[in-house]
Amino acid sequence: MTASRTLTTARRVLTQLRHDPRTIALLLLVPCMLETLLWLMFKHQPGTFDAIGASLLALFPLTTVFLVTSVALLRERTTGTLERLMTTPLGRFELIAGYAVSFGLLATLQAGLASALTLGPLGLTVQGPAALVVVLAVCVALLGMGLGLSASAFARTEFQVVQFFPVVIIPQLLLCGLLIPRHELPAGLHAISDAMPLSYAVDGMHHLTREASVTRWFWIDTAIVLAFALGALLAGAVTLRRRTE
Amino acid sequence: MSGVIALERGDRAVEIERLTVHRGGRPVLHEVSASLDPGLLTGLFGPSGSGKSTLIRAIAGVQAHVEGRIAVFGKTPGSAAARRQIGYKTQATSIYEDLTVAENLRYFASLHGAQVGDLLVRVGLEGEAGRLVRNLSGGQQARVSLAAALVGGPRLLLLDEPTVGLDPLLRRELWLLFGEIARGGRAALMVSSHVLDEARHCDQLLLMREGRILAQCTPSELVRQTGTEDMDEAFVRLIEGA
Repeated sequence: MTASRTLTTARRVLTQLRHDPRTIALLLLVPCMLETLLWLMFKHQPGTFDAIGASLLALFPLTTVFLVTSVALLRERTTGTLERLMTTPLGRFELIAGYAVSFGLLATLQAGLASALTLGPLGLTVQGPAALVVVLAVCVALLGMGLGLSASAFARTEFQVVQFFPVVIIPQLLLCGLLIPRHELPAGLHAISDAMPLSYAVDGMHHLTREASVTRWFWIDTAIVLAFALGALLAGAVTLRRRTE
Repeated sequence: MSGVIALERGDRAVEIERLTVHRGGRPVLHEVSASLDPGLLTGLFGPSGSGKSTLIRAIAGVQAHVEGRIAVFGKTPGSAAARRQIGYKTQATSIYEDLTVAENLRYFASLHGAQVGDLLVRVGLEGEAGRLVRNLSGGQQARVSLAAALVGGPRLLLLDEPTVGLDPLLRRELWLLFGEIARGGRAALMVSSHVLDEARHCDQLLLMREGRILAQCTPSELVRQTGTEDMDEAFVRLIEGA
């Protein structure tokens, strides 16, 4: 694996995004708008805003990067560019790393902007270091990328690939502690939520908002999210075959 | 990958022996044997569905379920060593439509550790460097796709239907360019087409039908063997004689 082929791929992916300013604006501004909406809804219940606002900061990178990756990789597969890349010296792990670098940067920018607004003007209370909100968001973005990479292998059109969103993301959203605290879930559902990576991302955000010192639990939750992310990226790598039918 | 074994090192660019490929359980190539040499422009001709793309994909190392033997400069197709030597244009345009012409070529060149150089001039697109690919005409996109296969000066160039849908003048220019790359640059070229009339530009012909090679010969040998200058008629006589 060489750094130069990875970085040149990352630059190519970012250049493609740069030619699409509308998508960039949506990616960066929609999280800010949704946090503001939430703030208006719970203006008189700051405790609720703290809990849900923090969970959303974990949810944004998952949804955005999942959608962007699944569509981008589907296009690589269907327009023949992936087949061409497979005949060049570029290795599939270099390709994945290139995407990870560019979408990681995108997630950093998105989380930086959303948390600056949420923790600043909107006054979400975070006891721990704010920078760790961004660190966790980048880990969640890698998770979204791995899931999106795998989803792109099971779709033939962009219509199909966005249908994986309700399959892969919404169950995690329902069970991650956003609607009901996880310990209040029925036993069976609690076990299922234990098997879902977004649960750990949301738990991690809650450790940051509630505890002044960075606890061991925060790092354990972050490590679990990262492990799921690596697993999803490896599963996605398996779907990037050099030889196809 | 199973069954694809590199032959001994040789001067041949590509050596294919008894290649059989199955797709969806059905054989689409039957025991194909052929060879490509450096400095020669080889035309791969046959009706659509005759297996041309499958043969090119097998040489490029992206075709699954391959039996038989293929060697690309003595290496297994798709191996890192083989990938450094080849340029491949798929039947689709296979370039990024949301990048400019220059950005596309710079990316593909950088994967080979190469420079773009005068490629845009060679494909006649020097004025279009800054335009987004999606805003180009079909013919211009085809030429960007060709240029992307030429980056890094590959020793083996595989071009799947590069002239389809282009105007006759441009088609002739491209065939002249292919000949120049083969003879001047000492590269091996394999160019597929279903327009038999284009066969006269080639040094060597591979004529395919229903997954089999009907003949590997020069254009003049084909004329001599079939007794006609008309390439379509020659093809028909070849099938009837087979």
